[in-house]
Amino acid sequence: MSAPLINVPKSAKRGEIIAIKTLISHEMETGFRYGSNGVLIPRNIITEFVCTYNGDEIFRANFYPAVAANPFLTFYTVASASGKFAFQWTGDNGYSETATAEIVVE
Amino acid sequence: MTHEHNHKSHTRRSVLIGAGCVAGGLGLPTVLTIRRAEATPATMASAIRQVVGEATVKPGKVKLEMPPLVENGNTVQYTVSVESPMTATNYVKAIHVFNEKNPQPNVISVHLGPRAGRASFTSRARLADSEKVIAIAEMSDGSFWSDTIEVVVTIAACVEDGIP
Repeated sequence: MSAPLINVPKSAKRGEIIAIKTLISHEMETGFRYGSNGVLIPRNIITEFVCTYNGDEIFRANFYPAVAANPFLTFYTVASASGKFAFQWTGDNGYSETATAEIVVE
Repeated sequence: MTHEHNHKSHTRRSVLIGAGCVAGGLGLPTVLTIRRAEATPATMASAIRQVVGEATVKPGKVKLEMPPLVENGNTVQYTVSVESPMTATNYVKAIHVFNEKNPQPNVISVHLGPRAGRASFTSRARLADSEKVIAIAEMSDGSFWSDTIEVVVTIAACVEDGIP
């Protein structure tokens, strides 16, 4: 499993709105497709994504099968303090992946 | 010389278009026979009802940007932005995206708050057909706003699979 790709600015001015980009490798099997043997391929998707900023939740997403493979998200937050962003993806079959990113706020 | 070059690329293009048509023609019947579940405008409406409850959804304040002509329904990038000052007392709580013709009406639900600064996100969706896509924003005052667009999809997100 390759590590998630995270893009967070290394530094920002206090109060600045910054973009956070995340990309994670996952097939997002919909559970609606049939194999060529006629058997339904079971659903295997990421169902939830959470981003916290110094421990506080700032963004959460519920994914459905209509989210494309290798889920990609860009969202925004106000740079309020130096510290850590933590990202967590959870999904079917006990799937769980985490990542972190640091930011310096002046 | 130039003329010859143009002529060549023209031929190549025609061949590619032809190949695309053949692929589309072969793919379509398979998709139609295999697809069992399909969201309908009615299931989309009920999925929206589950999110908004009895509230009315007004058009406006929301902008859903997606290419109107999608070549590949497997990954369709889109951006939803909502007009909001994003202050502690007036902000966007959530943004939901729905579609009309995938097997399931929901695409994504995101939850944000005043700390977002900007009520916007970008992601990629699967679209099984040319269809209507709706983004609905839930405001901190309990109101709901929406934007609806029609998208034409030339190659649908695969419903069947080639792997045995």
